[in-house]
Amino acid sequence: MAKTAKEIVQSERFRALMRKRWSVSAILTILLFIIYYGYILVVGYGKEFLGQKVGVYTNYGIILGVLVIVLSWVLTLVYVIWANNVYDKEVDEIKKDIQ
Amino acid sequence: METTLGQVNASSVFFFIVFICITLGITYWAAKRTKTTKQYYAAGRSITGFQNGLALAGDYMSAASFLGIAGMVSLRGYDGMIYATGWLVGWPALMFLIAEPLRNLGKYTFADVVAYRLKQKPIRIAAAIGGILVLLTYALAQMVGAGNLIKLMFGLPYELAEVIVGVVMLMYVLFGGMVATTWVQIIKACLLLGGVTVLMLIGLSNFHFNPGELYGAIQTKYSVSMLNPGGLVTSPLDAVSLGLALMLGLLGLPHILMRFYTVPDAKAARKSVMWATTLIGYFYCIIPIVGFTAAALVGQDIIKKIDAGGNMAAPLLAEFVGGEAFMGFIAAVAFATILAVVAGLTLAAASALAHDLFLNVFKSGKATETEQVKVAKTSTVIFGVTAILLGILFKGQNVAYMVGLTFAIACSGNFPAILLSITWKKITTQGAVWAIIIGSVSATVFIILSPTVWVEVLKNKEAIFPLRNPAIISMTLAFLVAIVFSVLAPDKEAEAKFEDEQLRTFLGVGAE
Repeated sequence: MAKTAKEIVQSERFRALMRKRWSVSAILTILLFIIYYGYILVVGYGKEFLGQKVGVYTNYGIILGVLVIVLSWVLTLVYVIWANNVYDKEVDEIKKDIQ
Repeated sequence: METTLGQVNASSVFFFIVFICITLGITYWAAKRTKTTKQYYAAGRSITGFQNGLALAGDYMSAASFLGIAGMVSLRGYDGMIYATGWLVGWPALMFLIAEPLRNLGKYTFADVVAYRLKQKPIRIAAAIGGILVLLTYALAQMVGAGNLIKLMFGLPYELAEVIVGVVMLMYVLFGGMVATTWVQIIKACLLLGGVTVLMLIGLSNFHFNPGELYGAIQTKYSVSMLNPGGLVTSPLDAVSLGLALMLGLLGLPHILMRFYTVPDAKAARKSVMWATTLIGYFYCIIPIVGFTAAALVGQDIIKKIDAGGNMAAPLLAEFVGGEAFMGFIAAVAFATILAVVAGLTLAAASALAHDLFLNVFKSGKATETEQVKVAKTSTVIFGVTAILLGILFKGQNVAYMVGLTFAIACSGNFPAILLSITWKKITTQGAVWAIIIGSVSATVFIILSPTVWVEVLKNKEAIFPLRNPAIISMTLAFLVAIVFSVLAPDKEAEAKFEDEQLRTFLGVGAE
């Protein structure tokens, strides 16, 4: 049976999807903030730590800088995998009720 | 080492002409596919996720990040690398917070999203002001940079360089609209990523492809301090504020947001951001290596002699490892980079003027397709000519702060209004309008009073506003303004439309 916009948006199913969607977004955004601003604060307050050598010449600073980029990319990938496998399926299910 | 940089170089002219011929050929092809507004602004929504990812990368990676960061790393070492990370971290945030809703809700501009359930005219006017401010400051920084770079690389007079960039870019946008702009950005992204990869590999081959050996060479030739964080982050509050502007400013850049309307649906928008993040992340991982290699092989003295800011580090490295021909190629890539970015800015400005102001404010949404395309093309010329004139007017000025200003306005003016209109039921027209105005104006005023402009450009003794980038204050202010205005004078009509909006935002029902 066709439902109105209001009925769908107020349905438990849609609201549960919204909660899930914004929880995933919020968690990933918070992780992104921790990674990036954490790095900036370490650069500000932990200069000695970053100068310590990991290899013969490579230091923690260089490793962490690259790690910020790699981890940001990984977070993006996590979102895409979640959205492709969970979010899209739920959306298709809910949309069935519309027609 | 002797350099031929700055002289008319046969190979750079050759590569440049090849690039111009190919891109103008594409423009000719695209012109036949550019009759309606949907084609002019959004390439008929026919771009695939992967293509759009490449085009986003081409739209975003400016000459400032290519030549500028390589130069900064070559002269200041590790500090340049800190800067490089900031340019990537906006992309994941864009994905998590607004990419898909933006695609589902809008038609051509980000103002479509904000105005969805609010009053059209005030929102369109405010968003056009916020948008044009961002685009003008960014275009100004690009044009001044372009004039200086072309003068350094090809030896052309500054004014002539401005006119060449402006006219070629206008040909793309005016005749080929979004289709041509997209392909110019895709080609530029491929050339830039390919060129820098080859440059890095040939450079690293001198160190047995071992970055550790490269760092060793840097440490021996200069000092260990090149590999350690130096003076860039002295005040962490300042660094966090700049980081906020770089990260969230991306979410308010009209020319980037506009690209999401070129793909067919939200899933393709998601795919575009994934590709853009991958390509841009890769770029910012390898560009510091190029900078370090330039310092190790070419040497800081020569880099500084050619340009005190270090901007020529990458072309000089290309000449050192690959001779004049390779340097010519890299110089032509830098030129292509500037053209692609300025073209994106101009098209976004045309959409703000024609779609937001002309159609939705002056014509109350009623104008024929032919009329709209005509006005869009007129707006394109107006913005393009303004960009050329501003570029010439600011010749010799220090405009380094302009990019900071662009991102500060984008993150304080446009971003809060976009985010709140998508997520918050109670946002009102007044709240959104004042958030955009107060956010943009406060960001601009604070930058003028900050050490970057008040002391370094206007030569006053002490700055009135302490932070070098005001985003942390001006963005907070914009959010507060939006919330206070919306809570004090609720808008039941806008709240009632929230459910319809949600259906479209999250399920894509009725998306154009």
